[in-house]
Amino acid sequence: MPLAPKERTMNGFDFEFGGAALTALGSGALYWAAQNLICVSDLHLGKSERRARLGEAPLPPYETRDTLSRLEADLRTTSATVVICLGDSFDDPAAADALPEAEKLWITALQAGRQWIWIEGNHDPGPVDLGGSHRAEYSYDPLIFRHIADPDENHEISGHYHPKTTLNTGHRTITRPSFLIDANRIILPAYGTYTGGLRSHDATLQSLMRSDALAVLTGPTPRPLPLRSVRD
Amino acid sequence: MPASYLVGMSTLPPLFQDWFTRRGWSAHPHQLDMLARAEDPALLLIAPTGGGKTMAGFLPTLVDLAAGAHDGLHTLYISPLKALAADIKRNLRTPVQDMKLPIRIEDRTGDTSATARKRQRADPPHILLTTPESLALLTSYEDAPRMFAGLKRVVIDEIHALAESKRGDQLMLALTRLQEICPGLRRVGLSATVEDPDAIARYLARHPDPCDILIADPGPDPDIAMLQTTEPPPWAGGGAAYAIPAVMDQIRQHTTTLIFHNTRAQAEIFFHNLWLANADALPIGIHHGSLDRQQRERVEAAMQRGELRAIVCTGSLDLGIDWGDVDLVIQVGAPKNVKRLVQRIGRANHRYNAPSKALLVPANRFEVVECHAALEAAKEHDLDGAPRGPGPRDVLCQHILIRACAGPFDASKLYQQIITAGAYAGLTRAEFDDCLDFCATGGYALRAYDQWQRLLQRPDGHWQLRDPRAARLIRMNIGTIQDSDKLKVRLQRARGGKPLGEVEEGFAASLTPGDTFLIGGQIVRYENLREMTVEVSRDRGRKPKVAVFSGTKFATSTQLSHRILRLFAQEDWPDLPQHTADWLDLQRQMSELPQEGRLLIESFPHEGREHVCIYGFAGRNAQQTLGLILSKRMEELGLDPLGFVSTDYATLIWGLEPLTDAAPLFTRDALRQGLESWLTGNTLMKRTFRASATIAGLITRNTPQARKSGRQATFSSDILYDTLVKYDPDHLLLDITREEAMRGLIDFGRIEEMIARVEGRIDLHRLPRVTPLAAPLFLEAGRTPVDGAAQERLLQEETDRLMEAAGLSN
Repeated sequence: MPLAPKERTMNGFDFEFGGAALTALGSGALYWAAQNLICVSDLHLGKSERRARLGEAPLPPYETRDTLSRLEADLRTTSATVVICLGDSFDDPAAADALPEAEKLWITALQAGRQWIWIEGNHDPGPVDLGGSHRAEYSYDPLIFRHIADPDENHEISGHYHPKTTLNTGHRTITRPSFLIDANRIILPAYGTYTGGLRSHDATLQSLMRSDALAVLTGPTPRPLPLRSVRD
Repeated sequence: MPASYLVGMSTLPPLFQDWFTRRGWSAHPHQLDMLARAEDPALLLIAPTGGGKTMAGFLPTLVDLAAGAHDGLHTLYISPLKALAADIKRNLRTPVQDMKLPIRIEDRTGDTSATARKRQRADPPHILLTTPESLALLTSYEDAPRMFAGLKRVVIDEIHALAESKRGDQLMLALTRLQEICPGLRRVGLSATVEDPDAIARYLARHPDPCDILIADPGPDPDIAMLQTTEPPPWAGGGAAYAIPAVMDQIRQHTTTLIFHNTRAQAEIFFHNLWLANADALPIGIHHGSLDRQQRERVEAAMQRGELRAIVCTGSLDLGIDWGDVDLVIQVGAPKNVKRLVQRIGRANHRYNAPSKALLVPANRFEVVECHAALEAAKEHDLDGAPRGPGPRDVLCQHILIRACAGPFDASKLYQQIITAGAYAGLTRAEFDDCLDFCATGGYALRAYDQWQRLLQRPDGHWQLRDPRAARLIRMNIGTIQDSDKLKVRLQRARGGKPLGEVEEGFAASLTPGDTFLIGGQIVRYENLREMTVEVSRDRGRKPKVAVFSGTKFATSTQLSHRILRLFAQEDWPDLPQHTADWLDLQRQMSELPQEGRLLIESFPHEGREHVCIYGFAGRNAQQTLGLILSKRMEELGLDPLGFVSTDYATLIWGLEPLTDAAPLFTRDALRQGLESWLTGNTLMKRTFRASATIAGLITRNTPQARKSGRQATFSSDILYDTLVKYDPDHLLLDITREEAMRGLIDFGRIEEMIARVEGRIDLHRLPRVTPLAAPLFLEAGRTPVDGAAQERLLQEETDRLMEAAGLSN
């Protein structure tokens, strides 16, 4: 059973996946120590700009700096040298263009000295005019990274669904963005500040995941639990 | 109280006089007065239910329209309830048909068909009956000036209820717009008995117009008493199950009894218990705001046909249709507020000049004291009420957006109009400009994306929507009612079973399949959650696990709290039942009774824990806030608090270390600081923010997409709140949230009032054991564990348990 939890490092849930030793971080990022690689999904940078452009209520324009400062903190703690942004990094291509200069420079600064890969998502299908390389999907043996899970794929890491899990502790219910993990795939929680979620017991997610899958709740300390024990 | 009961100054036109005579009626003096003063710019009528209030409001309209010389809309009638609009339409038809008056009357609510609504805008009736929200929507259309052209009168029914809510603020802002379109518009308010008629008059009139008050003969004083029971009430709880046999007796002795409860959960439990004791199978119904609309309408119809002997209800029957046959009102649980008690009692016996009959049923021992105090206050006509403060700015923001939907506007002119609404008369131009800036740009310190502002200023200085398509989204979100996220409950069937009502999302989340609960008087079993609907099946069991949806929890009013403290000061209590007098006596021997102008705090050990009981008498919400702030402070002081529970009169905190010095905890600055720092991260504060952000238009609950898909991965308003606190702490919406925190769920204003009242006179008593007055708190439900590290610990325990159950632990 490859999914049994092992030793826990500080603020991370360590597990083995397709032969790779991975860590689900409490922030919602996935860390692969052997490759010094960090993967984050669904940053949705520029969401407030896009919403305003569409004539909706003007959201507080602080989500990009908030998301980037959390990412910067994760990069600092892990010293990762490879960064994979797993798609929907920008709320749409125009939002990427419209980022304030300071935030574009911030991204450039984070990219310095790192291999940076933008995977395309349904919100950001084309290449962006920011550093790094752009891919539809990315193989990093033995794993494959793409935005939306392919039900027939193995050893796949994806995002898109923004899974979140609600737990009833008897005293109160606690809802957190969550990793979904089984032997075939990992679905990452959304990392961006302005992101909602899809409950992990949703039929779409349940059909993608095996019955022995784990949900790992993000937070100060990531907490695993069997996905099948998650209910309405 | 009334300056004078006005004497009839006018006579009816012959046509109307004949009609009254034919029906064997004579007009009430206040009805004639209203007719005589039809040209007053604003007029407030205060009359008891059954006093022909509605006819008084409409008489000038009917008389004016009888001539047949008016084209288009003449009178707008606004009530807080859709059902009331429909009811009034029926009632007005009788005189109109009998006298063959050339008058068209229609109603317009959320239930009116799209075709009818469209036609009403093109060809409005003479009299339009509507609600504040539907009126606000009407004013958002570009053709509003055409539709309202010629409007002469607006009649606001149940204005005392509207004046207490943001719905009323929205209405009065809409009237400023109507007054711009129709400068000669006359305003009439119809109100039940209130403590401060002048405040309602100021609220109704266009500022600074005068507004006279007509006070109709209130009729004889009601006949109020405590219900006599053989069993004494229990020490704690709100069920009042002990009183079921005595209540059954009363139902048998009366034609129709209304049984009011303070919460929906209590109404459900009482109704359930009443039926278990209903040996004669008397027809008894239940009515509350969480029930499905059709179910409520069925109960209302049965009531009107006189088929029900009793209705168990909540505030959902505080207003509305006159039930002729109600001859007894029973209030279960302390009334919390004397004014509402008096208004509820007024629901009984709508025959003018017959006293209403009411019985009070305390649900527990403390409520015996509170009911007694309320009964005395009602007899002395000493009504309570808190001034509402300046007009809320979140409602103003929505008003500005609505105005923008109707077309370009001049900011200075709009400001001048807004300050003609009584509640907004003190609004400064700078405050208005902040709200306008919020609507236009979001009002953030960081000026990002200014090219996409929601409102922009044209070269001629007028403001308009940048994207006219935004109007649709704004219109879809008009209104100020906050039903916290509710889920529909349905019986499980192959294709959409019968709808039963609604429960709060938080409650639904706490259910496990197989759990049973009460709704609409029946026990149902939770099956699953499908597409945001709670699916249930009928359960044959006799004991539900829970009955829940919390509904509104009212806090005991300041005035009533003071009366209770004055009652405590008495030497003895000959008027109270012996069991209650003995209890208070015992408290006096073991410790002391709380006094006005002092703060009593008891500290004692009990079952291995240290306890502190703070008798703040600040009302349930403020006592709860006090518990949150104090337990946090005690944690900082190393007293290791574990949890607390609050009632309307006290907060009990338990922990590991005894409290030995209370004074530093209770300075105004320390508590203020607690509110500022710690409460900032609190759920209640976030809920308060969500309500204001939704009203102000930052959060859109209804979107065309959501309507299409029914499901949406939206992110929670908590994220917006956290972001603003972190990056923009001076933002307008946070300022509004802090202002709202002075009242409502957080009610910090009551804490400040308490601190001012005791002025440092704090009596901390160290006692060997639990005191008689503190004992009932141990039985109270709704204990709050102290937060912080506790949440992570709970999470760990639960996930570890689940992992172990799955055989996955190491």
